[in-house]
Amino acid sequence: MSSPRSGRYSVFAIAREAFRQHQNWQRAWANPTPKDRYKVVIVGAGGHGLATAYYLGKNFGITDVAVIEKGWLGGGNTGRNTTIIRSNYLQDPSAAIYNKALQLYETLSQDLNYNVMFSPRGLIMLAQTEHEIRGYKRTAYANNLQGVKTEWIEPKRVKELVPIINLDGPRYPVLGGLYQERGGTARHDAVAWGYARACSDMGMHIIQNCEVQGIETEGGQVRAVNTSKGRIGCEKVALVVAGHSSQLADMAGFRLPIESIALQALVSEPIKPCMDVVVMANTVHGYLSQSDKGEMVIGGGTDGFNNFTQRGSWHHVEETVRALVETFPMISRLKMLRQWGGIVDMTGDRSPILSTTPVGGIFVNCGWGTGGFKAIPGSGWAMAELIAKGTPGPLAAEFGLNRFREGRFIDESVAAGVAH
Amino acid sequence: MLILTCPYCGVKAEETELAPGGEAHLKRVGPEGDDQQFEGYLFARKNPKGVHFERWRHAYGCGKWFLAARDTNTLQVFGTYKAQTPYPTDEIVAEIQKSRPDWKPDWSAAE
Repeated sequence: MSSPRSGRYSVFAIAREAFRQHQNWQRAWANPTPKDRYKVVIVGAGGHGLATAYYLGKNFGITDVAVIEKGWLGGGNTGRNTTIIRSNYLQDPSAAIYNKALQLYETLSQDLNYNVMFSPRGLIMLAQTEHEIRGYKRTAYANNLQGVKTEWIEPKRVKELVPIINLDGPRYPVLGGLYQERGGTARHDAVAWGYARACSDMGMHIIQNCEVQGIETEGGQVRAVNTSKGRIGCEKVALVVAGHSSQLADMAGFRLPIESIALQALVSEPIKPCMDVVVMANTVHGYLSQSDKGEMVIGGGTDGFNNFTQRGSWHHVEETVRALVETFPMISRLKMLRQWGGIVDMTGDRSPILSTTPVGGIFVNCGWGTGGFKAIPGSGWAMAELIAKGTPGPLAAEFGLNRFREGRFIDESVAAGVAH
Repeated sequence: MLILTCPYCGVKAEETELAPGGEAHLKRVGPEGDDQQFEGYLFARKNPKGVHFERWRHAYGCGKWFLAARDTNTLQVFGTYKAQTPYPTDEIVAEIQKSRPDWKPDWSAAE
């Protein structure tokens, strides 16, 4: 087992490979054939699944793990989000897990020896109605009590931070904002790739193009998963599949409080640097940041109806862009390069689920809805503890499935609106 | 763009004219229901990847609620029918089975 800190991507390695015309770079992670049996099988090799595997190995020494993936690694929502990272949530359980994730993101490149391009450039959530002013001030006070550093800023400060913004409206005037200086973005693919490489280095198996077709249980206990690459026996299974959580739960014989809908995003042609913070405008369901390539990355709203089509719809694009053009007049002449959709798993209270299930040995991590990317390290950390111990630790405790029966909702959608 | 025909006014309405209302044919749980039944009624949606029955409102039209049968994976619409129907009509079921012969109706409530 080689250390993930080995000098594979050192400056010397780059120089050495340059002399070989870059023909000798090795695979970052192995491509094994599945064994008959693993201690833990994680379904879904997106950010959350891979992070779960990584912290199972790192924090609990469990490395007899397979991460199986229907498509390709990081090809679902991990590769489709707008890469925003923040932890300015209202409720204590959310603030705790998202802030844990933010803290882990801060040192993730060093921990994985893989540059995830974490860029804590600051993040503003614009208040564009009187209600949002009150809501965000409340969130700022709550964050202060939770130890999450955010502040309420007045329009003048917003303009200093975002010179391209138009404060005056008239339809959506900027009345202030909730500012989190430590928020920002990271390179989404690199997060998945970095975790995948570290997992592979620990001896875990990452098996792509391997679709789960059935889950075998016996006496209320999981025995195996049947896949397109054969039967894989296991002691524990973690379902970490976002949009298809209901389908996997169905195979195991239970229902989840989840509905799957498409969320979409788009990017413009690349332009010169013009905005070095992330701006979210929840009233108009739009958020905007500039990627390192110079593209303006725009997140839009969700479809209103259940669907599994990873495409989105034009009228949502129009709504989002129409509203953003008023707040950012300079983007009105930009051409949009790409538009895409991902299937997000929305729970009844719009907060995630990290939980045991009615079937022994099966754990679920789902329901991150429109805001999963920012949570990846914290989610993996909490999920690994849940799988290793069989009972949730402090981070996951409030996110159990039983909250829907007991009425203990984590009512975060009030604070987060739609862009979440 | 999703287009549904309102069964009341007969207008072919596209999705911006309509308000989605989630899964249809949910059985309301009464005061005698226990916590598990209420949880099922409130939250445990079928969320199928395939045939889905759902509520819509012709919000910018006649304003009435109606029901639709639609495939969540292909967005194929099998038909719409009036809200005062306890189960999808025989015509709707026949229409679904025309393109999906293996599909069987399942009217069981959530648990």
